[in-house]
Amino acid sequence: MTQAYTFLEDTVLSDLAFEAKGDSPGEMFQAAARALFEGMANTRRLRPRIRKEIRLKNTEIDQLLYDWLSELIYLKDKEGLLFCDFSVQLTRNGEWNLLAAVRGERIDPKRHSLRADAKAVTYHQFEVVQTETGEWKARVVVDI
Amino acid sequence: MARSLGEPIPQKSGKAMKVDKITDWIWEIPPSEKTGMLVPARIYASEKLLKEMDEGVVDQITNVACLPGIYKYALCMPDGHWGYGFPIGGVAAFSTHDGVISPGGIGFDINCGMRLIRTDLTLADVQPRLRDLLNVLFNKVPAGVGAKGFVKIDRKEMAEVMTGGVNWCIKKGYGWYQDRDRIEGGGCLPGGDPSNVSSHAVERGIGQLGTLGSGNHYLEIQVASNENIFDEKLARALGIFGRDQVVVMVHCGSRGFGHQIATDYLRVFDSAMKKYGITVRDRQLGCAPFSSPEGRAYYSAMICAANMAFANRQVITHRIREAFSQIFNEDAERLGLETIYDVAHNVAKVETYEIDGKPRELLVHRKGSTRSFGPSRSEVPTLYRDWGQPVIVGGSMETGSYLCLGTQKAEAETFGSTMHGSGRTMSRHAAKRMIRGTDLQRRMEAHGILVKAVSMSGLAEEAGSAYKDISEVVDTMDAAGISKKIVRLKPIGNIKG
Repeated sequence: MTQAYTFLEDTVLSDLAFEAKGDSPGEMFQAAARALFEGMANTRRLRPRIRKEIRLKNTEIDQLLYDWLSELIYLKDKEGLLFCDFSVQLTRNGEWNLLAAVRGERIDPKRHSLRADAKAVTYHQFEVVQTETGEWKARVVVDI
Repeated sequence: MARSLGEPIPQKSGKAMKVDKITDWIWEIPPSEKTGMLVPARIYASEKLLKEMDEGVVDQITNVACLPGIYKYALCMPDGHWGYGFPIGGVAAFSTHDGVISPGGIGFDINCGMRLIRTDLTLADVQPRLRDLLNVLFNKVPAGVGAKGFVKIDRKEMAEVMTGGVNWCIKKGYGWYQDRDRIEGGGCLPGGDPSNVSSHAVERGIGQLGTLGSGNHYLEIQVASNENIFDEKLARALGIFGRDQVVVMVHCGSRGFGHQIATDYLRVFDSAMKKYGITVRDRQLGCAPFSSPEGRAYYSAMICAANMAFANRQVITHRIREAFSQIFNEDAERLGLETIYDVAHNVAKVETYEIDGKPRELLVHRKGSTRSFGPSRSEVPTLYRDWGQPVIVGGSMETGSYLCLGTQKAEAETFGSTMHGSGRTMSRHAAKRMIRGTDLQRRMEAHGILVKAVSMSGLAEEAGSAYKDISEVVDTMDAAGISKKIVRLKPIGNIKG
């Protein structure tokens, strides 16, 4: 299984860019979520104490990734939560359906070694591809 | 990387673009340089700033020049740098009849802006209490990831914030009546319609009034000393007397509320472009005709976010007044904590310009650019109408900021627009590789600047060396006659997320 993310260090001057990948689109979605929260805090210091369920659907896989990361940013602000554990199931039945369980805890500036607050996912250089070897890759720029 | 002037600027696509020198401060890329350009792109910069400008700026500003209904020029200010969609520092005006509106030309942080507050205090008064003052401010103005403000409101009141902006704050006791006269648009732009704002946006923003955010947002204590006043008469007209006078600068915007509105409408515009047969060179430039239902809905939601941002900076001003009052044991009124001005530098506004002897209504997008209207313009508050609109230019934490005044030349050349800050030259990652937050904090303290930050890595990203020379930026627009520099403000204390 390959499931990882890499921060793209000099893709943009003022924002956060990363590439996420996985053997399946679900794994790639999980890696992208990890990268998003690693940009905001040291996720190793987060504890998976609160669980949230997320359901989304979209006809386009790239748009679904945009929706997924945007939903996580929304929950961060609405509930004051940071997440560290992501379990994503993606199925396709005409359109893509996402069912995810995410776990994390309330933001604690004293413990979480906070970094930059994510404002939004941009469409700048935004891309989701499946490579010839079957691996799924996404490039994401987050406005911070 | 430095280039020789007159050399074509290489693009990531491999195609080099010709840049013509118009004046010492204006550089033009003709429409022949990129397929689809409808107007020339113009960059305001000194030779030095143009040489140092990243190549993405040229690519992005020429993409903007391809947008339907763009009028006259796609403009980039001297603090321009590579953003997403528009470059930061990008300005474009569109016909309100057959032009577009683009969230990528405004930014996610709708009405990110600057407020400057004067005081009657001097450095000698504040220095002995500076650390205590910063500690109180740090508690009163929450910053960083997930910060919540002290204002507790319900959805009905949030709707009042969206339409009332600073008027709501004054009604609730978070501002003085005269504040309203010293804010762009009176702190309340007309045309906001909460029915075009999603529940997600309301839920993200409802607890964030009075919070700074993170990234490059800050609250800074600054000093205006005599040697940094370039026009004593105009400085006095703005409430600056010098003699190491202490002022407070705030840089923040509409927080998660505005970010969510931009996110929501990027989705809408992604689909709307197919409906209206619009193609763009960068998906982040998603747009819709301003006169379309989608365009009108976004405009009214964007106005709601702009009003929320004015309210946010107003609530922060209220907390700053409380903090000074607590530390100096005196009413904020008696300490002279008057708002000098408040500007929006991420916004689109309908403005009228005289073109070929006739008034013409345009939708002006400013993304990382400050309005710079000259004297006599009706939008400039009566208090400043003889002098021009105050322009607040935020520098990096280390290097200082400027207070300038707008000019009539700006109205003629740049749709009344000028720079908004110093502009990044180094990526956040590169800054963190080179600088440790704790080292920077010590270095700044050695230079007389105390810093309190929620995030040390975030602090490193905002080091002065990650930015252009703000004086070069401000001097460029002063020499070009677009904005006149009045006062340089030096930091002594900074709070950031």
